[in-house]
Amino acid sequence: MEPILLTGNAAAAWGARLAGVDYVPAFPITPQTEIIETLGAWLDSGAMPGRMVTLESEHSMLTAAGAAAATGVRVFSATSSQGLLHAMEMLYTVAGWRAPFVLVNVSRGLSAPITLEADHNDVLAARDSGFLQIHCTDCQEVVDSVLLAYRLAEDTAVRLPVMVNLDGFYLSFTREPVRLPDLAAAREFLPPFDPGSMRFAASAPQSQAVAVLGGSPYSYFRYETHLAARNAISVYQRIAAEFESRFGRERGAVEAYRCDDADIVFFMIGSFASKAREAVDRLREAGRRVGLLRPRLLRPYPAEIIASALLGVRGVAVVDQNISMGQGGVLHTELAAALYGRGSAPAILTSFIGGLGGREIAPQEFFEMAEVTFRAVDEGRSPPPRLLYTETELRELRKLQSVALAEREQTSPAGRATP
Amino acid sequence: MASRVLGTALFRSGFTVQDAPKYGAERRGAPIFSTVRAARGTAINERGVIHNPDLVVVADDTLLTVPAAGILQGLEQGAVVLVNSRESAETWQHRLNLDVQLVILPAAAEVEDRAELPHIGATCAGAAASLLGVIAPDVLAAAIGEELAGLGELVVEQNRRNALAAYRAVQDKKGLVREGKAVAAGDYTPPAWVELSVDDVGIAAPDVRAVANSVQVRTGLWRTLRPTIDYDHCVNCWWVCSSLCPDSAIRVENNTPIIDYDHCKGCMICVGVCPPHAIQGEPEYLAQQREAQSADTGAGDNNGTDTADG
Ligand code: SF4
Ligand code: SF4
Repeated sequence: MEPILLTGNAAAAWGARLAGVDYVPAFPITPQTEIIETLGAWLDSGAMPGRMVTLESEHSMLTAAGAAAATGVRVFSATSSQGLLHAMEMLYTVAGWRAPFVLVNVSRGLSAPITLEADHNDVLAARDSGFLQIHCTDCQEVVDSVLLAYRLAEDTAVRLPVMVNLDGFYLSFTREPVRLPDLAAAREFLPPFDPGSMRFAASAPQSQAVAVLGGSPYSYFRYETHLAARNAISVYQRIAAEFESRFGRERGAVEAYRCDDADIVFFMIGSFASKAREAVDRLREAGRRVGLLRPRLLRPYPAEIIASALLGVRGVAVVDQNISMGQGGVLHTELAAALYGRGSAPAILTSFIGGLGGREIAPQEFFEMAEVTFRAVDEGRSPPPRLLYTETELRELRKLQSVALAEREQTSPAGRATP
Repeated sequence: MASRVLGTALFRSGFTVQDAPKYGAERRGAPIFSTVRAARGTAINERGVIHNPDLVVVADDTLLTVPAAGILQGLEQGAVVLVNSRESAETWQHRLNLDVQLVILPAAAEVEDRAELPHIGATCAGAAASLLGVIAPDVLAAAIGEELAGLGELVVEQNRRNALAAYRAVQDKKGLVREGKAVAAGDYTPPAWVELSVDDVGIAAPDVRAVANSVQVRTGLWRTLRPTIDYDHCVNCWWVCSSLCPDSAIRVENNTPIIDYDHCKGCMICVGVCPPHAIQGEPEYLAQQREAQSADTGAGDNNGTDTADG
């Protein structure tokens, strides 16, 4: 099919439509709402079959999604940020049920202070829930990943819910050329859900997910979920290979861009990774051997694939668009854990926190992150983590603070008392 | 809308395109930005803000002097700035003193509030298409048809007419915009990164401690619909409208509800909930027209306004 211009949100909706979903429990939140609005319009006009129900909260929405998936229908839902956190209890619960469905998360920074633009603390808060995670860098990947996600979720060796993540604004509202698979090809790749024994009939009620008292059965069920998630690496690779042979687009668990002879690589996820790809091209033009390594699959964590892609690489610049308070970047921590003790691992990992709340990362900052990492490789020592924050930004922030302070002193007797 | 029309027109002209709007809170009067990138053939990897734009289109010239809008950031020598303005290019050149090429969009319609100029999106897109020099008029017309199809043929036609007029109006400057180059990695200005210090929690926490400042923000200006209490029908139940107003914009004095129009956002909840249907809703602009007329004729019109105070 010829490419058309689609936003990331429209691409996500198309993914659900091409997947032939039966049921869409929904609740609106910026910057995700366009997805359910698009699906709502299609369901309303009959352009796609299926059923949408608006729930009173994300918590109920996730409960409905998990319950429906557990009866053997194909379920799609979408949320973002505060909504994902509001549903957190049910994320763990429905993953524990081993209910296979797809949830799109449109990343948006978390409150407080409240904001609208992208960072990954929302989706990473769900890191340990049992949901698998696929992270997208462009709008084409969004529609492709939704189809891949259903295959992964419904595979009998996995049977877990899958989250597909795209960044608010930078993908959600950004139009790019997207090739939509035609319906027949999509159906061939993703046939209707075969739920096997997961069925429900009102005449034959079943119970599942009973309470367990005592750590032993609990440990068993929890570890089974972990093992199923670990299984998902090889299952994903097999599905991605099939996808590539059908549609011609590489969608492996890890994207390795110009990594083959690279001395250093950027390591990051999300839409800003395409900015890193651009920086890699520019640095290559300037004679620097730089690449980009980007896990699409973050849960399960494809440690072996990452480690082998890093063979021969001397330094890794990890760019975290998230922050674990009191620890630092989550990707940096996890990469260090995955590489520790491997003799072949790169000696240097540098850590950069950037893009919080959608803060831009300029091309010059990518160049400088590469320079810092090259220097660290030469010196044989990793520098302390660095927040991408410039003098100009700090000056602007101080201006806002001084305005706020002046106002506080003017209007508040309590304000005057505090230093 | 302008960015989608321009994006679609460039896409139909054979370019790889990326376009994106960017806005903050959804409310009247908030500035809206959008960006369009176009490349020949290759995929576009950059995204977000365009650091060094080749063309900046300003639909509302009052934004030029708002620092937070950041319109003039990153303009390099030779960049083109297209401004919808009543002032001349010379005036803006003098005011801004930038080494850029200023083009004034002589938008035809004369309206009170130029931010509300009808069809301004399509008009700007039309002029921009001309300045880019790579979009044929029929492609522009087709792009408008594609983007506005949902609004009906009449709207499409009006927008097309305006866009093509703007296209022709700046035709003598056709192709003025030059293609920018990517930033080279061999020779770049390193970012001036700073270390943040640990600040006192009194300023480091994003908490609002000042009293009464939300009262000073006249959120009533965002209102597009206005509720008016008809005191002849109000049964002075006093609590229904006042407790259900989500903005606490209805206070009660002597069992009489009074709407604070400086802070009523026009959600129409009070209109819906009043048991004897005593609150009417009408478009804000009609209410303002009515007020202006009664001010002209010297007649009073106090229904539901603060004059009920006294
Ligand atoms: S709800 Fe209606 S009747 Fe009750 S106080 Fe308000 S305007 Fe009057
Ligand atoms: S319209 Fe909404 S904001 Fe205004 S007074 Fe009525 S309830 Fe309050």
